[in-house]
Amino acid sequence: MSALSAEGLYKVFGRRSKEVVRRLQSGATLDEVKPLGATVAVADATFDVEPGEIFVVMGLSGSGKSTLIRMLNGLWEPSAGHVYVDGKDVAKLDPRGLRQLRRETMSMVFQHFALLPHRTVLENAAYALRVRDVDRATRVEKARVALSMVGLEGWENRLPQQLSGGMKQRVGLARALASETPIMLMDEAFSALDPLIRREMQDQLLELQSRLEKTIIFITHDLNEAMRLGDRIAVMRAGQIVQIGTGEEILQDPANDYVAQFVQDVDRTRVLTASSVMEPARTVVIDTEGPRAVLRQMREEQAHAAFVVSRDRILRGTIRDEAAQAAVSRGREGMREVLNTTPATVTADALLADVFAPSAESSLPVAVVDEDNRLLGVIPRATLLGAMASLTATETSGSGGSTAEAYPGSPPDGEADRARADAMFELQRGSASGAPAAGGGV
Amino acid sequence: MNELFGWRVPVDEWATNIFNWLDRNLAPLWDFIREVLGGAYEGLGNLLNTLPPIAVILVLGVLGLLVRGWLFGLGATAGLLLIDLMEQWENTMLTLSMVLVACAVAALFAVPIGIAAARSQTVSSVVRPVLDFMQTMPALLYVLLAVLIFSVGVVPGIVATIIFAMPPGIRLTELGIRQVDPEVVEAGHAFGSSPAKILRQVQLPLALPTIMAGINQIIMLALAMVVLAGMVGGPGLGQVVLAALNRLNIGLGIEAGLSVVILAIYLDRFTGALGSRSRVARLEKAA
Repeated sequence: MSALSAEGLYKVFGRRSKEVVRRLQSGATLDEVKPLGATVAVADATFDVEPGEIFVVMGLSGSGKSTLIRMLNGLWEPSAGHVYVDGKDVAKLDPRGLRQLRRETMSMVFQHFALLPHRTVLENAAYALRVRDVDRATRVEKARVALSMVGLEGWENRLPQQLSGGMKQRVGLARALASETPIMLMDEAFSALDPLIRREMQDQLLELQSRLEKTIIFITHDLNEAMRLGDRIAVMRAGQIVQIGTGEEILQDPANDYVAQFVQDVDRTRVLTASSVMEPARTVVIDTEGPRAVLRQMREEQAHAAFVVSRDRILRGTIRDEAAQAAVSRGREGMREVLNTTPATVTADALLADVFAPSAESSLPVAVVDEDNRLLGVIPRATLLGAMASLTATETSGSGGSTAEAYPGSPPDGEADRARADAMFELQRGSASGAPAAGGGV
Repeated sequence: MNELFGWRVPVDEWATNIFNWLDRNLAPLWDFIREVLGGAYEGLGNLLNTLPPIAVILVLGVLGLLVRGWLFGLGATAGLLLIDLMEQWENTMLTLSMVLVACAVAALFAVPIGIAAARSQTVSSVVRPVLDFMQTMPALLYVLLAVLIFSVGVVPGIVATIIFAMPPGIRLTELGIRQVDPEVVEAGHAFGSSPAKILRQVQLPLALPTIMAGINQIIMLALAMVVLAGMVGGPGLGQVVLAALNRLNIGLGIEAGLSVVILAIYLDRFTGALGSRSRVARLEKAA
């Protein structure tokens, strides 16, 4: 059962919102309902979040992602649709039920930290527990544990304004962790931090997540952040979810031109994994074969070396033709002595960025193995370079290089940015019409 | 008679009728107010005037030293001593009693009304024109109304002071609460806090410096008003000023006026210091 599911969520601002929702539900497009004057923040959002998953909602500001996340914990009431958490419909809860849900099931981390400036770090971390009327001793203990999880021991008695941005957000994270809710909502949690700190916080979140296995719904406008954190990513545009999938799926198979253009300047070497570019290993020999047989096979396949595996395909090493020849001339029956037992290997889920080093150090293709060291495939250097070349080709038509952020900060240059410029245009129009923070991304 | 319409809007008659109706039908309420305000004033005034002046001066001086520092403590002691040496002590204490009673009641109404106005746009849009009315209506008119209801004495003076001094307290309370970072309030909601707890744990502490500025304003306006209260038989410095006016006694007038100024400066600096001593206020100053 999924931890949280949204079904046909709509949020429409404006006087004729009911009418707009009804028309959208019966198939009208966003353009068709525009004359009604309402602002559509979220339209027909449907998704399931699995327990223990980091589900990222990615979109530019104004795409409705902040509105969406606020409907999940009932801060904003949906115009239509349902949010199910633990089998309960959030939209149908009364204020008391909502408060209970927020105390026990869903906590939240905010973009600008939202700490109490007049309370110490410890008191802030314990805030959720104080709301629940947990006794003081337990409160302090749990808050301390949460603070040490985020690396803030020794800062308990400081005030938030004495902390740097990254540390403030760690307090925000500790506050959510101390509440011990299974679900955490993170609204642009790292967007206000500078890139290096943001990177550090992302690592910390992933590290914490590997231990705690929370269900996290993470909102961001930064595609690289989405790709780094998300088990699955929902791409939003103008209130609609245009694609849901893993980072790789979105990169390899974008649902439409918008997504395709949006993702093209992401640093693919940090998203694509070894398994997506590996090729079948051609010259593979079983370790019980003799050197003579191995040499013959190499000759037939015109190869200089072979991968040596056991019968159940566990990688034992590599062997070069001259080594096999030497074994034959010394009259050996087995290959053990001439085997290179430390071949360059990477796991199937290794990022391409992490394949470069082993590839450079080895003259043979890099072996791709699973967690049991079974040989799955190989990545010859030419393949790796080829993959890079095609990536670079698409990148240079974009804004160039591996941009740190997929944010519409720089003026659009070239055709490739048209989609983003388009999105910015919509955003500006949205805010000009005085929409009540349609999405309120910033 | 209006030349164009040949008819006059009888606002005066309406007002008189409404006033008479209120006067007759709400008698128990007026009695209650008279009892409470009169009683509180009597009690406080008697207390301040039975204690030896030098004791009161020292207590106020030490309090000043504690909240603001030795310079203020010393200045306050000297100023209050001057009042005593001008033989205006008893009148000053009566005025102080009136101010304190009026301010306590005004603050008691102003803060909750301000909170309600901050939380509800409807309340805010109803309250705002009422406040405009209260602040711009000539203050003497309140005195007149209060005298007609409560007859001459100290109570009409206090009532008029309350009405006159309350608006800035309401306005600044509303402003203070509305200024609290909405994301912090949202965080309160997101962690399942009830609106009452958010008010108590988040909004009020963060709005405290602004609310204290409102209380400070209430006290300043009250001091300006109690002198007018002397015209309707309110005791204290107001009556001294009035007597000086009647007898064209400039010396006496200056004595009373100086006493009001000293009292005003003391109360202003004292409450101002209270407001800026809160953790939030110090944080704002540091930031």
